[in-house]
Amino acid sequence: MKILIPIKRVNDYNVKVRPNQANTDVDLSNVKMAVNPFCEIALEEAIRLKEAGKATEIIAVSVGDEKNQEQLRTALALGADRAILVKTDESLQPLDVSKVLVKVFERELPNLVIMGKVGIDGDHNQTGQMFSALTNLPQITFASKVELNGDSIEVTREIDGGLETLSSNLPAVITTDLRLNEPRYASLPNIMKAKRKPLEEFTVEELGVEVKNTITTLKVESPPEREEGVKVDNVDDLVDKLKNEVKVI
Amino acid sequence: MTKILVLAEHDNNSLSSATLSVIKAAEMLGDDIDLILTTSNISSLETEILTLSSINKVHVFEDKIFENEIAENIVDCLIAVSDDYDFFLASSSTSGKNIMPRFAGLMDIQQISEVIEIVDGSTFKKPIYAGACIATVKTEQSKNVLTIRTTSFDKTTADGGSPEFIKQDIPTKNSNKPTFVKNELTVSDRPELTSADIVVSGGRGMQNSDNFKLLDGIATKLNAAIGASRAAVDSGFAPNDYQVGQTGKSVAPNLYVAVGISGAIQHLAGMKDSKTIVAINKDEEAPIFKVADYGLVADLFEALPELESKL
Ligand SMILES: Cc1cc2nc3c(=O)[nH]c(=O)nc-3n(C[C@H](O)[C@H](O)[C@H](O)COP(=O)(O)OP(=O)(O)OC[C@H]3O[C@@H](n4cnc5c(N)ncnc54)[C@H](O)[C@@H]3O)c2cc1C
Repeated sequence: MKILIPIKRVNDYNVKVRPNQANTDVDLSNVKMAVNPFCEIALEEAIRLKEAGKATEIIAVSVGDEKNQEQLRTALALGADRAILVKTDESLQPLDVSKVLVKVFERELPNLVIMGKVGIDGDHNQTGQMFSALTNLPQITFASKVELNGDSIEVTREIDGGLETLSSNLPAVITTDLRLNEPRYASLPNIMKAKRKPLEEFTVEELGVEVKNTITTLKVESPPEREEGVKVDNVDDLVDKLKNEVKVI
Repeated sequence: MTKILVLAEHDNNSLSSATLSVIKAAEMLGDDIDLILTTSNISSLETEILTLSSINKVHVFEDKIFENEIAENIVDCLIAVSDDYDFFLASSSTSGKNIMPRFAGLMDIQQISEVIEIVDGSTFKKPIYAGACIATVKTEQSKNVLTIRTTSFDKTTADGGSPEFIKQDIPTKNSNKPTFVKNELTVSDRPELTSADIVVSGGRGMQNSDNFKLLDGIATKLNAAIGASRAAVDSGFAPNDYQVGQTGKSVAPNLYVAVGISGAIQHLAGMKDSKTIVAINKDEEAPIFKVADYGLVADLFEALPELESKL
C-alpha cells in the first residue's frame, strides 16, 4: 500500500502577503515559506495510516523550483519515506501541476493519493479534482475523516450543508479539509535522518509535460481598506448606532 | 456570440440562491445564457426555473443517480452539452468547487476560481492569499470555466421568463467513481448563512458549546444566521458548515456581528466585505477591531445577555 502526497511550497500562513511595488505580482522576497497547511494534513493522514500498519510507503512530491527541496525535506522529517521534486522555474497553474502529477502517478502507481484541498496562496481549489479527472480515479474532496478497510475507503466530507460520507475502491484521490487531523511537528533526530532519505529530481520536460499557463496575471493589488470604525461605550450605544446611524436593525 | 452555461445548484427541492448570483455574473458576459440541471426530480424545481428571465434553454438530466451529488455523474452531463459554449459557470460553493475543476480538467481548461469581478470577456478579478491581495487575471483560452464568489454579485431578477426545457439522455460513461453512503445535514430554521441579511458569529471566546447558545436568542431576534470561527468549529462549539473564512463560507451580509473572534486573516477573508461589522471582544487590541465599524470592548458574557434584552 503506497501513498502519494503532493506537497506545495507556500507562504507561512501567519504572514500577510502584500503586492510588489509595481503591482505585477505578490512580494514574497522576505516571506517565510512553509508546507501548505492542507498538504501537511494530507501527509499526517498518510503517516497515521502507516503507523496503523495500513500503508507501507509514503512518497512526497513537489512541483517547482530548487527551493522546494526545503519543503520536501520537511515532509521526509515528518515521515515520508522518499521524495520526488519535479523541477521548473515557471510558476505552474493547477492544470499544469495536475498533468505533472499524472506522470508521477504513472511512474509510481500508488494505491492512494491524498492532497490538500487548496493552496493558501492562489486559493484555486482545483488540482486534486483535475488530477482525479485526468487519472480517472474516484474523487473525494474536502475530507474530514478517512477510514481505510483493505482496498476500499470510507471518507466523510465537509460540504456546505453539513457532512457527507462516500465510499470508494482504491486507488482513489482524496483532498483534505482542516479538521481531518492535527499535524505533528518534526523532531530534531528526524530532521537529521531526513537529510539521508532519497530525494529524486526530474524536470517537467523530462516527464514530457508541456506547460500551457493560459492565464496571465495583469495586476496584483491590495483590496480596498475598510475605514477603521469607532468604539462604542456600551450596549445601549451599540444598539442606538445600529438602529439610527446605519439602520441595519 | 458568447454562449454561457450555468450549473444549476439545488437540493432537489429548491434552487440555491447562489445560482441566482451566478446568473447575474453570466449576464455580464453576454445574454445567451442556458442552464444545466441534473436532478432526481424536476417537478419542484421547474416552477422556480420558469421565473428566471435571462435563461434561454435548460438542459435537463433527470435520474435517480442525481439524488446525491457525485461529481463524476454531473461532469459527464456537462461534457455531453459542452460543445456549444464559451463559458461554464458555477458558484464557489462546495458543490461548484467539487464539480467544476473536474470538468475543467477533462476539457483541458485552466479554471478561474472565486471570481469577484468581471472586467471584460477575458479579464477577471479574484482574491488570492486569503484575500490579502486581489489579482486581475486574463485568459487566453477560447473556452473558460469560472467559479463565482456569489457575495460579490447581486441576484438575477426572477419575475418570469420562458426558458425552453430540453430533456437530455443520461450519459452512460463507465467512470470509476465513489458511492454515496450517508449524509448528516444541519437542519435549521434560520436563514441560510451565505445569503442571510444578518450574521452573528461566535469564536473561541465563547468557551464551550453551551455558551455558544448565547448567540441563539440574539440571532432569533434579528432573524440572523449563525456563523463561527474555525477555532469555534474545531473545538466543537458549532458544526463545520457554520465556519466563515478562507476555508469556510464567504458572507457579505448587511450586518456581521463577531463575538469573541480575534480577527485572523483567514477569518477576515470570509466576512470583510460585510456592509456593517460589529465586534464584541474583551481585548481592545484584537485585530477584528481594525475592520469593525462598531467595536464594543467588553466581556461577552455580560454584553450578550444585555444585547439580547435590548433588541
Ligand atoms: C490554512 C488555514 C485556514 C484557516 N481557515 C480559517 C477559516 O476559514 N475561518 C476561520 O475563522 N479561521 C480559519 N483559520 C484559523 C485562523 O488562523 C484563527 O486561528 C481562527 O480564526 C481563530 O479563531 P477565534 O478568533 O475564534 O479564536 P482566537 O484567535 O483564540 O480568538 C478568541 C478571541 O476571543 C476573545 N475573548 C475571549 N474571551 C472573551 C470574553 N469573555 N469576552 C469577549 N471576548 C473574549 C479574545 O480576546 C480573542 O480575541 C485558518 C487557519 C489556517 C492555518
